[in-house]
Amino acid sequence: MSSAASNEWGQWEVVIGLEIHAQLATRSKIFSGASTAYGAEPNTQTSVVDIALPGVLPVLNKEAVHMAVKFGMAIKAEVADRSVFDRKNYFYPDLPKGYQISQFDLPIVGPGTIDIELESGETKTIGVTRAHLEEDAGKSLHEDYAGMTGIDLNRAGTPLLEIVSEPDMRSAKEAVAYMKKIHTLVQYIGICDGNMQEGSFRCDANVSVRPKGQEEYGTRAELKNINSFRFVERAINIEVERQIDLIEDGGEVVQETRLYDSVKNETRSMRSKEEANDYRYFPDPDLLPVVITEEYRQQVRAELPELPEQKQKRFMEELGLSAYDAGVITASLALSSYFDTVAEKTGDAKLSANWITGELSARLNREEIDIADAAVDAGAFALLLSRIKDNTISGKIAKDVLDAMWKGEGSADEVIESKGLKQITDTGAIEAFVDEVIANNPSQFEELKGGKDKMMGFFVGQVMKMSKGKANPAQVNELIRQKMK
Amino acid sequence: MYHTKSVTELSAMLQAGEVSSVELTRYFLDRIKNSDEKLNSFITVCEEQALAQAKECDERLKAGNAPALTGVPVAHKDIFCTDGVKTSCASKMLDNFISPYDATVVTNMRAAGVVMLGKTNMDEFAMGSSNETSYYGAVKNPWNLKAVPGGSSGGSAAAVAARLAPAATGTDTGGSIRQPAAFCGITGIKPTYGRVSRFGMIAFASSLDQAGPMGQSASDCALLLNAMAGFDEKDSTSIEKAVPDYSADLDKPLDGLRIGLPKEYFAHAEGGMNAEVEAIIKTALDQYKAMGAELVEIELPNSALSVPVYYVVAPAECSTNLSRFDGVRYGYRCEDPKDLNDLYTRSRGEAFGEEVQRRIMVGTYALSSGYYDAYYLKAQQLRQLISDDFKNAYEKVDVIMAPATPETAFNIGEKSDDPISMYLSDIYTIAVNLAGIPAMSIPVGFSDGMPVGMQIIGNHFEEARLLNVAHKYQQQTDWHTTLPEEFK
Repeated sequence: MSSAASNEWGQWEVVIGLEIHAQLATRSKIFSGASTAYGAEPNTQTSVVDIALPGVLPVLNKEAVHMAVKFGMAIKAEVADRSVFDRKNYFYPDLPKGYQISQFDLPIVGPGTIDIELESGETKTIGVTRAHLEEDAGKSLHEDYAGMTGIDLNRAGTPLLEIVSEPDMRSAKEAVAYMKKIHTLVQYIGICDGNMQEGSFRCDANVSVRPKGQEEYGTRAELKNINSFRFVERAINIEVERQIDLIEDGGEVVQETRLYDSVKNETRSMRSKEEANDYRYFPDPDLLPVVITEEYRQQVRAELPELPEQKQKRFMEELGLSAYDAGVITASLALSSYFDTVAEKTGDAKLSANWITGELSARLNREEIDIADAAVDAGAFALLLSRIKDNTISGKIAKDVLDAMWKGEGSADEVIESKGLKQITDTGAIEAFVDEVIANNPSQFEELKGGKDKMMGFFVGQVMKMSKGKANPAQVNELIRQKMK
Repeated sequence: MYHTKSVTELSAMLQAGEVSSVELTRYFLDRIKNSDEKLNSFITVCEEQALAQAKECDERLKAGNAPALTGVPVAHKDIFCTDGVKTSCASKMLDNFISPYDATVVTNMRAAGVVMLGKTNMDEFAMGSSNETSYYGAVKNPWNLKAVPGGSSGGSAAAVAARLAPAATGTDTGGSIRQPAAFCGITGIKPTYGRVSRFGMIAFASSLDQAGPMGQSASDCALLLNAMAGFDEKDSTSIEKAVPDYSADLDKPLDGLRIGLPKEYFAHAEGGMNAEVEAIIKTALDQYKAMGAELVEIELPNSALSVPVYYVVAPAECSTNLSRFDGVRYGYRCEDPKDLNDLYTRSRGEAFGEEVQRRIMVGTYALSSGYYDAYYLKAQQLRQLISDDFKNAYEKVDVIMAPATPETAFNIGEKSDDPISMYLSDIYTIAVNLAGIPAMSIPVGFSDGMPVGMQIIGNHFEEARLLNVAHKYQQQTDWHTTLPEEFK
């Protein structure tokens, strides 16, 4: 499925909408004072409210509201003057109250937009229908108890912002681009840690197909709880393939909820529309409507940090980075912080950008890890680049040094020292290499002098080889030219 | 003897050192032990804890500066969560539930110094008007052991009427304080919605539930309400408004008081008010007139809608409030569930009584997709109209007076097979909850030996005025100090 999106599915057009669940980075839960920290012993982070004892009442965490408003401001959405919490009723053992407190008719954040960059380089605007506050459920643990299910309610009541898009995406790649954009944004504005392994950022994808040119949408399937960018792309593509195969074989897509199995790389039905719950939404009488004043909106707007697009623009204008480099670096808050440190320490933004989008990103991609898990931190990386700048090593040697550093063999200076990689800048020593190479290759040297410029590379290469890469390339060039006179 | 003393008097005696809290507590524990077999008004008696609390209170009293209610024993309706004590809500579902925390009402009253004698019987989950739906059996009316005490706070009403406790707490969703107060001849007040915290009070219908005191007199209720009321950050619907001293204005003269009489409640009364009840109420109204009040006929044109609106809103809210009782984390769980669905259906089916199940079903239906607009939404709109009726009325009058119930206490079993006629016994009380305003019931006479209650209904946050109006009447009458023969 690597062909260009437009022709990816022949006569079929894919329609995708995403519901992203971003766990808000509040210290306590949305309706209780219990901690939201991840990974505690089961049921140790639960108050009487979280386990829904008789008589308890929810109290809204103001910080969760603050964060939702921040998101609204960041996507230039309408933030509602008045929004309402509703009860979404269904029975499940990890849903202690028998209902989830969510927002239905009147969400806190109304329509907004997000721009994504397509592979073609074009920009596409994706509509954000709404974003609303709700509480997360607990977890059911099926594995550890034979014939029984364990319930861990630590996560119950964790605040979520559910961000619902319009069905504006036309390929899995667009969906991923959109999801990444939101992922970056929520981290920039500090409302979500973006940790996908821990489930802090996950999505449901509504997927349908229709013949190209057809106005109305096809019947959609909802893919539940996908928690990595890679899985989003794979799940959507496998589901699209399933739907197209089904229709082309004369079948019909039914509206249903499906689960993506990343091991088998398939989606399978969880429940159909007929089996779907009637959630019996109604306004929660235990909570007052959330009232947001214009003054509060202004205050939150003023608090917003620099957003990715603003930062990209600034990097291009002030630091002279290319649009590509600036785009790659600002697309992740962690990467752009890494860059900030490296650029500041080296005093060379362009060099830093080249190395971060080049060598560093290549290594991260190869190992499929995040910048946060990079083996070399920003300070150590900056030192390496400084050694290029002060001519201690060449850029080529620096790559080897980085490899050694990546393996944990020490700092740039330690690696250069222990491997004897310090660049030779002593003109006398380099001249000796140059003379030897010319002496060994007289005919080639004649060709060079005769105007065959290609030979220059050969000679520089031979000298570099003889010096084990340590000769300063600029000096080598200069000396060879002198010898040609 | 102590049981003929009001809370006001007992409190003065305690402060003066004329009696100790331990002595008083033991006295009432004995009374419960000796007489409650007849009434079944308590689900749990907390002898040990009560005596320990009383001992503490005596120390506080000795040390001086103890708050006014220090050492006074009271009973809590078993709908309030009490730390370390069974909190059953009169349901099999919570028969095994020991609450690990105190309701705010319990905390507040404890801080004010009261001693908890025990937990009183009630209709299961406060759903009922006769106290017959309790898992622990019906409560009897101290005035006639064959009659119901009313409900849902029937245990509290009976216990206070028989003076097994000097006072008790109750809750009122559609009349659950006022109707049993009327049936048992005691005084009870349902405050403004939001005046008393709902935290720790097991929810029936969240937008209607409100806790209040049930006592021998308006002045006792004022003392108790002083302790109960106040903003609670744990209850988002509680109101951040200073609590006045409800005892301060009890003696204010009633000259010029404008009393509204809803024409819908009199004459061709809806719900068919009993003629003798009506006559007794008219006598009480004449006494008010004699005290300088002016009687004004008013209209509450939408009052006929109250019962149907209530029986959509309350079941709808209860249907989801009771979802948490699922047999998973606490409470009743059926034996050997086959699977999850079996666990839910049998746990709930076996532990909820008939009336509770009926209301859950009605409410689930009313909230269902396709019916929501026609029932719940419509009911909320009508609720606004009912509320507006009162708003308009209070432009003309200061308080409204009405019967509390169409008739005196009916016999046990008389209406238990006829839910509709049972629902109609709350016809005069329900509108008040829908409007969120305060109201009380005071005893104003007897019909065939059974107490008759009159309602005094006020505008939002007018509790002090209601208590004043009630107190002035009680200074001139002795209905509220008359005790049932068997419990004298």
